[in-house]
Parts: sequence; structure tokens; C-alpha cells
Amino acid sequence: MASTVDSRSSDVLIEARDVVFEFGETPALRGANLSIREGEILAVMGPSGSGKSTLLHCLAGILVPKHGEVYFSGRRIDTLSDAERSALRRDSFGFVFQFGQLVPELTAEENVALPLLLGGLRRNDALARAREWFERLGIDGLERRRSGELSGGQAQRVALARGLVAHPKVLFADEPTGALDSLTGELVMELLVTAAHHDGTTVVLVTHEPRVAAYAGREVVVRDGLVGSLSAKPLVP
Amino acid sequence: MSVPLTLLGLLEREPSHGYDLKRDYDSYFGRTKPLPFGQVYATLARLSRDGLVAPGEVEAGDGPDRKRYAITTEGKQEFDTWLSEPVEPEPHLQTVLFAKVVLALMLGRSAEQYLDTQRAAHLQRMRQLTELKRQDNLIDALLADHALFHLEADLRWIDMTAARLPSLAAAVTS
Repeated sequence: MASTVDSRSSDVLIEARDVVFEFGETPALRGANLSIREGEILAVMGPSGSGKSTLLHCLAGILVPKHGEVYFSGRRIDTLSDAERSALRRDSFGFVFQFGQLVPELTAEENVALPLLLGGLRRNDALARAREWFERLGIDGLERRRSGELSGGQAQRVALARGLVAHPKVLFADEPTGALDSLTGELVMELLVTAAHHDGTTVVLVTHEPRVAAYAGREVVVRDGLVGSLSAKPLVP
Repeated sequence: MSVPLTLLGLLEREPSHGYDLKRDYDSYFGRTKPLPFGQVYATLARLSRDGLVAPGEVEAGDGPDRKRYAITTEGKQEFDTWLSEPVEPEPHLQTVLFAKVVLALMLGRSAEQYLDTQRAAHLQRMRQLTELKRQDNLIDALLADHALFHLEADLRWIDMTAARLPSLAAAVTS
């Protein structure tokens, strides 16, 4: 199969083709296909163990599929070296996970500045840019706190700021509200969606919660390692 | 929605003209179905007949709306009783969704496809409601949340049913 994708529609930013991934003998993805358009917010739904997080990890270049191809911006990424994929993740992708993401030894603002520091920005500049996000996400005043001094919702907003601070092309969010109560989860989703729309960030949102998925413009369902699209048809009474 | 009891509740704040009641009813409770003026006055007349509200003196002026209605002691009691009673929980044991799944299985059609279609329709509605909720109006947001949680409950049932289709098929075709 060709290593470039010239037949695709030009606004497709990420594409998975026949992606197969196994954990040892256990298949997690069994030929998953998915196209994600630039700027869209896509919800990836599915029951526990269906392979949705594995799909996200393959799309983000964290895992390398056993078979199949993954493209980002027309470039095949599953054949890149570890170092190249790391650079891609650092330069083009942001991440938000369910919990346990902040470095406990660092302050909130240092956590947010991490992607910029890893990208080579000077410390003072990185911290200044990080601080802008605290007001934007309604957590100003918490810049110097460490993760142990933050509530779950505050910590998740810090994590969201870190995911977005370097203006990634794609934000990968894996159950970003999974550890939060309904109201706080909603606040985080509202901030995430507003920031993504404002910056034109593409979002891949893995969730099993329909109310979270409803913030996305489109959803797909992963079942038994395959991706299915839900097509809304008019209801027949 | 009980229009008479809702109007009684609005009257408990202060004596009001029919016009004020309609305006407040529409802005809180009648978003998708405003209350016709005729129904407001017909309801006030019935409430007055039953001794639950009392019309005030006809006020000077040209408009048709020259009476101010006040809630009576009986009206307050009636409203208190209604407010303290739980709403009948509706178990929805015989919904159209359920009927479609069972019939599809009985007739050897694809219940899974139907459930997928239903799931998509539910999610589409949830997206619309989420969009409505994001427009920064607390009253709309609360209404939308109520609908969203119910739709989510349906979706959980859809997922559970989808996972149980083989045994359900066996149960309805045996």
C-alpha cells in the first residue's frame, strides 16, 4: 500500500487504515479505519475494553500498530523512529488523560510550561506563556501550587492548559472528565471545547459518557477492535 | 405540566394581572409551548370559581386586563399540597424503543441496526441540547440538563440491550 495518501480529501488531518494492534496474544484493534478532519472534535465511544484507548494511542504515535497505517497531515507516522514520533508528539500533539498526569514535584505553572520547555523555549518565556492559560481557564491564583494542593477539577484544568499551551494541531483527550463530578466535568468540557474552537485545534476525545460525547461534533463507536460510524437517520415513529 | 397549579404558584409571589402571569409562565415553563391568553383567563376564572384565587376590583383604564388576581388561603393550601407531592416516577416499561427491539428480534430483523440508529438519534439530540446549554442561560441549561440525563439513561439501556441481544432473541423466539 502506498505510503502517501493522495486520494484523501484535503481536510483530513489524521487517518488510520486497517490498524491492527495486539497486547501479547490478545487483539485490541482488528483492522480499525478512521479519518478525522482538521478542526473537528471527534468523540470515540465504546464499552470498556473495546479498544478505544488503544486506537487513540495508535493515532497519537504512542503505540505502533502491528499492521496497518497511520497518517498525520498526509505523512505516514507508524513507520517513524521512536525519536521522530516523540518529536511529533511534542511539536504537534497535546494530551489530557483521566488522572495522574501532573508532575507532583513541579508547581502548576511549571507543569503547564513543560511542553514549551521540552520544545526548547527559555524558562522565563515558557512560564510567561503558561501563566496566560491560568486566567483563560479560570484557575488564576493557583500558579504556584503543587498538584497535591489542587482539587480534582483544578488539576484537570492545569492538565488541559498543559495539553493546549504549545498550540498543538491535535489534542488527544482520554476520558478527561472520568474522575470528576458532573458539574466539574462539564466545566472542563466547556473550557476544552471553547479553547479548541478558538484555536482551531482538532480534538480526539475518548469517552464512554454520552453527555461528554455530546460536546463533540461527531462520534464513532469502537466495538471489538473495529470502528463503526453512527449515522443519524430520521426517526420512524 | 399543570397550568392551574403553576399559575397558583406564580400568584403566591404577589397578586398579578393575567398578562404578567402569561409572561412569566412563558419565560420559565412555556419555552416550546407558550400559554394562549384565552387559556390564562379561562384558568383564572376556574380557579376563582373554586375559591383558590380572588379577583380584585376592576381597575381604571382601557385595556381588557384590568383585574389583579390574588391567591386565597385555600389556594395556598392546594399549591402546598401539590408542591410537596413527588411526581409519579414513570417506569417506561412499555416504550416504543422496547417494542421495536422485541419485534425486530421476533421477526428476525436486525435489532442491532435499529439500536445503532436510535443511539445516533439520541446523540444528535444530546448535541443540540449541549449547544443550547452552552449559550449561558441558566434556565435553559437546567431544562437541557434534565433532558440530557434522561437521554443518557436511554443510551445506557440501549448499550445494555445491545450487549444482551443474543439471549434476548432466544427469550422472545422460544
